[in-house]
Amino acid sequence: MPMRDIASLVFSAGLLFLLLVIGAELALGHPDMRVGAEYLRVAGPELGAANIVTAILAGYRGFDTLGELSILFAAATAASLVLGHRRADARRDPPGGLVLSAGADLLFPLLLVVGIFIVVHGHLTPGGGFQGGVILAAAFFVALLANPARTLNHALLGWIEGLAGAAFILIGLWALVEDGHFLTPLLPLGTMGELVSAGTLPLLSVAIGLKVGAELAGLLAHLADTEAPDR
Amino acid sequence: MLTWIALVIVVVMLVAAVLVLTLRSFVAAVAATAVVGLALSVLYVLLQAPDVAMTEAAVGAGLSGVILALALRRLGLWQLDDGDAVVLKPASGRAGAGGDADA
Repeated sequence: MPMRDIASLVFSAGLLFLLLVIGAELALGHPDMRVGAEYLRVAGPELGAANIVTAILAGYRGFDTLGELSILFAAATAASLVLGHRRADARRDPPGGLVLSAGADLLFPLLLVVGIFIVVHGHLTPGGGFQGGVILAAAFFVALLANPARTLNHALLGWIEGLAGAAFILIGLWALVEDGHFLTPLLPLGTMGELVSAGTLPLLSVAIGLKVGAELAGLLAHLADTEAPDR
Repeated sequence: MLTWIALVIVVVMLVAAVLVLTLRSFVAAVAATAVVGLALSVLYVLLQAPDVAMTEAAVGAGLSGVILALALRRLGLWQLDDGDAVVLKPASGRAGAGGDADA
């Protein structure tokens, strides 16, 4: 039997074993598995956020969110390292046609407003920093797509990204000093449903939104900026 | 009623997913992956998970489609059926790009 087949067999057997172990170890019905119901019961009064998903992502699972942000940061940094170079004489794409440029002009303010709304209302309505950030990045990328000669200010994007990421960690450290737990929500909760409520959750949401938006906009701009091979 | 709508969406997703594998045009395949993501986000809305639906629509349908399309362009695989639609005009104001008319 060729080596490759043996390797795939071993790999499949290992995967099957892992799946079986996970299946056997799952504590279905055990109190640990019913943590969702507990979140639903406790999250509202405890964090004052109308949107429980954001309450969990930024309040109870803030450290996981920080991990996600770091992964995204590493991926975007690697991509821009690989893709950030461009021959000086490389051909640029021509500007988009009438439909694309008119559509981009129409869409840009709309996407901007929707993105900012979703980021700022992360603790009230569905969505949050991540979704809004992607929409903000899309707003800037649509404008770039219509006119490829335009460039985004990568230095500014880097600053926004760095400051937003630092703000997220600083809020976490502040909670560590104040409360003894990293990223614990602080500040008075206010009235549930109002824009200024739920303590530090909206601040974290804004930080996530700015970071994700700047990162993805930079990544897309780098990708679009790489030269296509001449044929 | 909801079950039937979900069934239609699932069928659309499956057809689009199979099309991704079978379509000969890379551009059409990228569009089909975006259709999978978009249908999935509608399914999430039906399952009352608007947060996940937003992420899926923005990332699964929008962002990953754009990234795949840009990667196609980078690899020189961005070809529509009737020749090359990217090079419609020579790049503006660039010397030496005059002979760009695609054969």
